[in-house]
Amino acid sequence: MAKKRILIAKPGLDGHDRGAKYVARALKDAGYEVIYTGIRQTPEAIVSTAIQEDVDFIGLSLLSGAHNELFPRVVELLDNKGAEDIIVFGGGVIPIDDFDYLKSKGVKAIFTPGAQIKDIIDFIELQN
Amino acid sequence: MINCCIRKIFPEIENLSNGLIKGDTRSIAKALSVVENCRDKGELLINRIFLETGKSSVWGVTGPPGSGKSSLVDKLIEKERSLSRKVAVIAVDPTSPFSGGALLGDRLRMQSHATDPGVFIRSMASRGRLGGLSNASFDAVKIFDAAGFNTVIIETVGVGQSEIEIVELSDLVILVLAPGMGDDIQAMKAGIMEIGDIFVVNKKDKDGAEKMKTEIEYALSLKEGHHKGDRSNVVMTSAKSGEGTDMLHREICDQVKLSSSSGGLRERKLRNTKKEIERIFNMKISELFYEKGVMSSKIEQAAVEIQNKSMSPYEFVGKEISLFKGANK
Repeated sequence: MAKKRILIAKPGLDGHDRGAKYVARALKDAGYEVIYTGIRQTPEAIVSTAIQEDVDFIGLSLLSGAHNELFPRVVELLDNKGAEDIIVFGGGVIPIDDFDYLKSKGVKAIFTPGAQIKDIIDFIELQN
Repeated sequence: MINCCIRKIFPEIENLSNGLIKGDTRSIAKALSVVENCRDKGELLINRIFLETGKSSVWGVTGPPGSGKSSLVDKLIEKERSLSRKVAVIAVDPTSPFSGGALLGDRLRMQSHATDPGVFIRSMASRGRLGGLSNASFDAVKIFDAAGFNTVIIETVGVGQSEIEIVELSDLVILVLAPGMGDDIQAMKAGIMEIGDIFVVNKKDKDGAEKMKTEIEYALSLKEGHHKGDRSNVVMTSAKSGEGTDMLHREICDQVKLSSSSGGLRERKLRNTKKEIERIFNMKISELFYEKGVMSSKIEQAAVEIQNKSMSPYEFVGKEISLFKGANK
């Protein structure tokens, strides 16, 4: 049976990886195969990794404020490579005012501090 | 003839095969998922690409958790790329026996190669297999081979003493150890210490590294076929600083060259193919037994009877096997 595969990646220059690691671990405990690539990844590296690993989801974590640039860039690069089927969601310190913009750019969901892991799992399970 | 049928039934497999033989990244990635997730289609795919395999040099990297396997692989990729060789890496990490999930973190140490088109890294979860690999690792090597990668490196899960399947999948095994993990008796034990073609004492700047090298060399000198004055195949490295990794790479290349010219490699490949046939046989035979789902309920019932001493486990299994034979006459 196919297991869902999820890439948890941190674009941008901040080193706050606690949230990303927590989510990676929790998703492992929920039965998914999670690939974790560490901090300071370029959108190019993230997309190339996602394609090689044939993941179903990319979860991006960012706390430096550059989400409006970097999240859409990941979606755009996926499109360019014909991998628009990979679902992108995001997390970190992201102002609620930016949600609409990010969603219009193809980021499917945003989880901010305080989000429950159950909500992330529900989101994953709802996608097909 | 067979290929012609496959084309009709599974255009998807045909497309993937053609794509991966051309080296198309997405096709390779999808093909790897097919052999991981769908045995029937995976078999067709391997049959289809089989003629294209047999060209890659296949290196196994194994050793205990935290000894520095991934960081060393990162350095080996670098060396191979400097020779313009295309490199594929299969990095296996354990699947949780409780949740079925896995946290695949090996490639974290190799991300400097993420955008190099000559490098393909794939993380795999062991999915219940206990020998240090996953079931799909065997087919994954063939896919990378057919896709034209010069070198395929397989990094096993962090192993203990007896996970030695890697020897059946590789042309040469690099055993990575680090100081602080036991005395000279550990180096003489059976199992993992017997499968290394090259031994690496990583974290060479740590206390006890020199001593460990001496102990391993001594243990190896007791092996049959060892001659006094034979060159040492123990290399000291620091994957972090890169120290010693040139020497490790040279040692690997030398051994590969030597074993292909001496005929040792051909013998090893033949031995590994025999093992592979046995492995597939075992897998298919046990599937035959379990296929209709009746066996698990029978086992449950028998367990109670065996606990009550109304029969021995051998009697139960013997009875089931004669029933199976009878049914297949």
